[in-house]
Amino acid sequence: MIPLSGDIPNAKGIKSDSIDSIDVTKGTSTLKRGFAHMLKNGVVMDVTTVEQAQIAEEAGAVSVMVLDKLPSDVRKAGGVARTASIRIIQDIMDNVTIPVMAKCRIGHVYEAKVLAEANVDMIDESEVLTPADENHHIWKWDYTTPFVNGARSLAEALRRIEEGAAMIRTKGEPGTGNVAEAILHIKKVNDELRTIKSIFDSGDKQDLVRMAREFKVSFDLVEETARIGRLPVVNFAAGGIATPADAAYLMSLGCDGVFVGSGIFKADDARERARAVVLATTFWEDPKAVKEAQKMINEKQSMLGLDVDNLELRMQDRGGSA
Amino acid sequence: MTESNVGILALQGDVTENFMATMAALHDAGMDATVSQVKTPDQISKLDGLIIPGGESTMMGQLSMVNGAMNALKEIIDGGTPVFGICAGMILLSKNSTDRVMGSTEQPLLDILDVEIERNSFGRQKDSFQAEISLDPIGISSFQGVFIRAPAILTSGSNVEVLSKFNEKIIAVKQGNILATSFHPELTQDISLHKHFVEMIKESN
Repeated sequence: MIPLSGDIPNAKGIKSDSIDSIDVTKGTSTLKRGFAHMLKNGVVMDVTTVEQAQIAEEAGAVSVMVLDKLPSDVRKAGGVARTASIRIIQDIMDNVTIPVMAKCRIGHVYEAKVLAEANVDMIDESEVLTPADENHHIWKWDYTTPFVNGARSLAEALRRIEEGAAMIRTKGEPGTGNVAEAILHIKKVNDELRTIKSIFDSGDKQDLVRMAREFKVSFDLVEETARIGRLPVVNFAAGGIATPADAAYLMSLGCDGVFVGSGIFKADDARERARAVVLATTFWEDPKAVKEAQKMINEKQSMLGLDVDNLELRMQDRGGSA
Repeated sequence: MTESNVGILALQGDVTENFMATMAALHDAGMDATVSQVKTPDQISKLDGLIIPGGESTMMGQLSMVNGAMNALKEIIDGGTPVFGICAGMILLSKNSTDRVMGSTEQPLLDILDVEIERNSFGRQKDSFQAEISLDPIGISSFQGVFIRAPAILTSGSNVEVLSKFNEKIIAVKQGNILATSFHPELTQDISLHKHFVEMIKESN
């Protein structure tokens, strides 16, 4: 089981408050990580309009992620990709009952503050948008609103968790319809988890210290992660997922759920595909059910997709060294 | 007596946490029981006790319509099998649910628990909170309530026993074989509510 503790002392995001004279506490790790736990085994869908958000909700998405452009359109458009219009985010929040997330640029403290004020349920500090600060991610302990971050490796994931991320997702390669990079990233994280778990089991503290130095994170976080043998927060797959079979495969690799970006609303059969991806994610253990889900989509209507070797822009490298 | 079979509805949500809390509660109560994750009508029909966990109620409702789980759930609950609905699970059990912002929605419900629910009753995620609460009617004088985009009960029928209130809002109830809470006991280390639930299973056998 994933522990929900992990608050740093005096985190600014933790607020004492009162509701009609009853004392309450907001913004604790239990509440932020706990929110991510409620999304488990679910699908979060990228949307740009109210209509898409409603299709997602009807299909059984557990949450929607609001962007100005879908990742594949961000690639085509070029230029600078920023957080979505607050009016559209607000409009979507008023028209669906499921949680609403939105993306801010890596390191852009004030886009994050704006999104928190707009009352989104979770903020994705995302490499899909143009980074504002390649050297510093946002210090997420300052926020009452929980954050999700992308990671290609255990080191990246732990650095984001140390900064206060309440949830992790693979980076994959967004907007390509190519699931290969997401598979690579989750397998790498799993391999590295196995390595530190075996070091922990051997009792070799010195080797764990070496790993902490290599990962550039605190020994305590490495030791706790090694002890439980998994990331200490919910971990979703993201980046390039386009079909029900893609989603089911990533679930089978140990992901807690999936994000689907361009894969649904850049396909010509968005409504059926949205439902099919949800079904495949829920019933991934049953190949027959995944076949039924796969039958609901038409490969001729899948987004064409891109070869990741010949991309002008590799989004996954953004913010990766920090 | 045969070993009890307790299931956690595993379509979506925080299934593992409820699994662990139930195992601990069974151990504490000295009960022999198996705990399993259930998704299909066939698995559901064999249960002696069921937890519908936290998650997204719209998703769980729609998915259980697709694979026929909805009817199976209704059948065992109507037949007297103890059920514990948490947050989304409480919404799913209810007869009537509206959203605080959107008003009435057409989400599928089990239509058994005689209450009127307001979804997202305390606001969005930023307003999620923890607070000390009590459930005196079942002998729990202090409990750490974890409320995440939590629903609340605005009105309840005469057959519904109110176990706890937060100001005017009802946050825990019991109706015959049904136990339901707005908050998440499975996200705390306190297993007293899960223990109360496994005692309900013991008594029903």
